[in-house]
Amino acid sequence: MIKLVNVSKRYPGGHEALSNVSCQLEKGDMAFLTGRSGAGKSTLLKLITLVERTTRGEVVLDGKNLSRVRRRQIPFLRRKIGMVFQDHNLLYDKTVFDNVALPLIIAGEHHAETGRRVRASLDKVGLLGRENEYPVTLSTGEQQRVGIARAVVNRPPLLLADEPTGNLDPDLSREIMELFESFNSIGTTVLIATHDLELIKHLPHRLLTLHQGRLVADSFTQDLVQTA
Amino acid sequence: MRTKTRRQRKKSQARRQAPATSFVDYEVEGRSRPKSRSRLGRFVAHHGWVAKTSLQQLLQAPLSTLMTAAVIAIALSLPSGLFLLLNDLQSVVVGWQGTAQISVFIKKSIPDGQAESVGQLLRGWDEIADVRYVSAEQALQEFQQHSGFGDALGILNENPLPAVLVITPQREYLSSEKLQPLATRLRQLPEVDLVQLDYQWIERLNTIIALGKRGALLLSAMLAIAVLIVIGNTIRLTIYNRRQEILVTKLIGATNQFIRRPFLYTGFWYGVSGAVLSILLISLLFWLISGPVKSLAGLYNSPFQLTGLTALDAGIVFATAVGLGLLGSWIAVTRHIQLIEPK
Repeated sequence: MIKLVNVSKRYPGGHEALSNVSCQLEKGDMAFLTGRSGAGKSTLLKLITLVERTTRGEVVLDGKNLSRVRRRQIPFLRRKIGMVFQDHNLLYDKTVFDNVALPLIIAGEHHAETGRRVRASLDKVGLLGRENEYPVTLSTGEQQRVGIARAVVNRPPLLLADEPTGNLDPDLSREIMELFESFNSIGTTVLIATHDLELIKHLPHRLLTLHQGRLVADSFTQDLVQTA
Repeated sequence: MRTKTRRQRKKSQARRQAPATSFVDYEVEGRSRPKSRSRLGRFVAHHGWVAKTSLQQLLQAPLSTLMTAAVIAIALSLPSGLFLLLNDLQSVVVGWQGTAQISVFIKKSIPDGQAESVGQLLRGWDEIADVRYVSAEQALQEFQQHSGFGDALGILNENPLPAVLVITPQREYLSSEKLQPLATRLRQLPEVDLVQLDYQWIERLNTIIALGKRGALLLSAMLAIAVLIVIGNTIRLTIYNRRQEILVTKLIGATNQFIRRPFLYTGFWYGVSGAVLSILLISLLFWLISGPVKSLAGLYNSPFQLTGLTALDAGIVFATAVGLGLLGSWIAVTRHIQLIEPK
């Protein structure tokens, strides 16, 4: 699904956020991307969503070399990726329904279909019946669920999350992670950037560890328990 | 894991009375579902939705929308009103132009018969369409009927009026350059006392109107630019107010066209509201001045009336306003949307 080959990213100003990172994620995999803040987690996700471009090396997404993707094609590529953000990135002047429906509207889905899919997606995150509320009336955890509903409403083959539990307490965080696991169980490839090792060490998945822009470990979360 | 999810889902469906299509089932169901509407149908439906949403957004801030619309309306009404007035004035002048005549006064010493034969002679000239002979007697009668000086004329012993040949030139000679040589030739006839050419002032007036129209055109161009700037600036502010929304939609996979669309519709609605307001404003202005114009025309014994805004004029105003609205927003949106990229 995702393949990184000797990827380096140097920002203007000389800071090298990623250096020579190679790794691969198969279809249906679920992996955590971890490391301290500044280790390059966000940069790696940005390279996959083409918010940034690699300085050296290549990112291959679903067989497509991203360095060959032209600017005009970027939106269509992003539609295949569900993105979950730390600060949700919801539109606060729109209802929960409209927020979740946004990817479908962008893709030009028609009305009846949109309604069905939005409700299915909200049902999945346990927020069915709250469609007409505005995000501000929801708790942080619920807002994050809306963000997840929006990310999966288009049934993307790949789900990326950047610190999805960064603002949540441990219980809520666990619920969110279970949600991701459930999407993974129906075949979605999931990559989650997080620094919350405490949270993920009991979730049996792959673990990619970044340190100062280098991939220092490609292991499993179980290893965390053993070393601890 | 999978069975667990299924069970959870069933539980949650049982809990809620109105079950939604479940996520997993939907995957299967969705693939076999035939497309119930064509691409074009969805496109139209989406445009309708965007148009409606952007109109609603404008109506949420009625005062600022009204102010923008008013600026557009005033900027459009000014030149349009001027054009309409000049057109009316010109139609009057054109009416006069068609009846331009040359009055050839025959010397009093020439007897009636000879004057008439001069008329016959002139009928043969290429430049002349028609010659009407008005004898001194007829001229006197006409004058008495029309002027109200009939009694005064009765005091005079003899008819002070000369015989006149009223000449209607051919259409293609209706301009002062071409009429001047004709007048000169007429003056050279021995029977002719005086040739009166009442044409120059019509031409001058025409030139003044043409000048006025040119001025109105320049004014229109400048005000059109002003409208573009106003709309562009308004849209630019809207774009920056919705910066976050644009960033998020871009991250989700919106194309620039998709993001541009609601702003174009906003410009479109500004144009429409400006046009409607402008048409109302022009109608009001013409209604306000129609009374005074009528009484002024009455003083000149003219049936002249203002035409006001015809359906065609209204259509032109409407199309111009909508065009400017779209163009203004297109310029603003194309420039600024590219600058807003997720970082």
